[in-house]
Amino acid sequence: MSDIKGKAIVLNMNNVSTDQIFPGQYVNLTDPNEIAEHVLEGADKSFKNRIKTGDILVAGNNFGCGSSREQAVITLKEAGFAAVIANSVGRIWYRNAINLGLPVLICEGFVNQVEEGDEIEVNLKEGIAKNSSKGTIAKGNAISDFVLNIFANGGIKPMMKSKILSK
Amino acid sequence: MPMHAIHKILAEKSGKQEVKAGEIVNAKVDIAGINDIYLTVLISYDDMGGGKVWDPEKIVFFFDHNAPSPTIKGASNQKVMSEFAREQGIKKIFKINEGICHSVLSESGLVKPGDIIIITDSHTTTLGAFGAFATGVGSTDLAVIMMTGELWFRVPEVINVKLEGTLKDGVMAKDIALHMLGELGTEFATYKVIEYSDSVVEKLSIDERMVLCNMSVEMGAKSTYIRPNSKTIEYVKSRSHAPFIVHETDPDFIYDKEYIFNLDNLLPQVSIPDSVDNARNIEEVEGISIDQVFIGSCTGGKLTDLEAAANILKGKKIAESVRLVVTPSSKEVLTKAIERGYYQTFLDAGAAITTPGCGACFGGHSGLIAAGEKCATTSNRNFPGRMGSIEAGVYLVSPITAAYTAITGKLNNPQYK
Repeated sequence: MSDIKGKAIVLNMNNVSTDQIFPGQYVNLTDPNEIAEHVLEGADKSFKNRIKTGDILVAGNNFGCGSSREQAVITLKEAGFAAVIANSVGRIWYRNAINLGLPVLICEGFVNQVEEGDEIEVNLKEGIAKNSSKGTIAKGNAISDFVLNIFANGGIKPMMKSKILSK
Repeated sequence: MPMHAIHKILAEKSGKQEVKAGEIVNAKVDIAGINDIYLTVLISYDDMGGGKVWDPEKIVFFFDHNAPSPTIKGASNQKVMSEFAREQGIKKIFKINEGICHSVLSESGLVKPGDIIIITDSHTTTLGAFGAFATGVGSTDLAVIMMTGELWFRVPEVINVKLEGTLKDGVMAKDIALHMLGELGTEFATYKVIEYSDSVVEKLSIDERMVLCNMSVEMGAKSTYIRPNSKTIEYVKSRSHAPFIVHETDPDFIYDKEYIFNLDNLLPQVSIPDSVDNARNIEEVEGISIDQVFIGSCTGGKLTDLEAAANILKGKKIAESVRLVVTPSSKEVLTKAIERGYYQTFLDAGAAITTPGCGACFGGHSGLIAAGEKCATTSNRNFPGRMGSIEAGVYLVSPITAAYTAITGKLNNPQYK
């Protein structure tokens, strides 16, 4: 996988739950565009206006804790985020992100080295996050080959589909 | 190599002699459950090629979040799911009258020690109270199970939480869970299993054990485990004739971590906004004015919870300034609560009673709160916007504290004194 490059959107808060990423009143929605309309509405009503396609979300501890709702990944992906870097993440949210092919790097403390709009580069294989605007590099958790393979395939859906077709 | 009971379940279901923490296994699933808010499951299923499901007997639909549906979209999702179930020969649909997935699944005898149970609801950790390996997943993971009957799991480490001592009057399992969150935070068990053991756990009722396991997901846990004792076996056998195996943890198994809590002096706890780990002793927050009290959810709407609240509310009226919403967790709880007179008690006290389901807890319907309001709730999360407006405050409490708070309109629980 090649490096992912984008501008940082900073959300330096802990325990940003799925209730904030995608509030419960919308969980019946299924259309990806409609789901994207409500991105991070529970943290900031106007969050959507901050995002441009290809941006990278940089977050604090336990990002995505809470519910199993997959829309909490779909909304970030469809709103335009190319990747998420966080100090730590909720378990189910992380698994959903892997399945849907939203690259996530767990990198403790990176959020403190970044300002909104900084140019960020992520190398998932090496587990490295680079802040090109500030000239800093941080080492996060390297990702297992098992998970890297899912990211490289764009999520688990295309992999399952080819598995089913090959039978 | 010494193994934990949870590891033995994962080993058996993945056709291995032994497994160890950290390894990835593909395990066969006994029950795969889908909640009505997640039509995204069927969309993922379709995206991956669709076709016949692996085993219609092992797939369960729960119409619990939209019970009954507050929106056209919710009704439409249930309609599509019903049609899918009919086409696929899936007969286990718990409709809008049945209640919350974790309650109805255990009540209907579909949870047994040694099972692997996967549902699209994060609070599926609840079912570790029966010695099952149970966890919540997203829609796409569930769709994978529907196709193949299996899912990949990273074999989790196990944390042992020993609960010793004697609980004071007026202190419940919910207070233990909130206290643990206050002490250990929201991440100490991420990716891991929490086992609850020792004298307090042995004495707790099945309902109260379910509370500990339920709240464990707020500590990050992947699943939970309580070693089945005679209470568990009796409960399961009274509801199911299917055979099951109780795996024993090897005596020399090494836990990832061990925590010991002596609960002799534990006071009622309140987690204040906006995080589950903002736990306070009741004395620190006593007197805060509350606009709505909610007694319900998979955490705090079971028979034991309604009983605890009804005992306090009997012959009393709620404060003029407060509204009380009661939502039983299931039809069985509702029926028993009527038989025992709790419904009359709640009605006489001034409560609004709703259909069993998830409604207000996840901010869906049937008891949402306005900007500037405060809600004391027996449910499980208090993140901003969880129960309505993001400018509202949610206070997590036990059913006993909720009942006292409804009477005075202010946070309190004098029973421990």
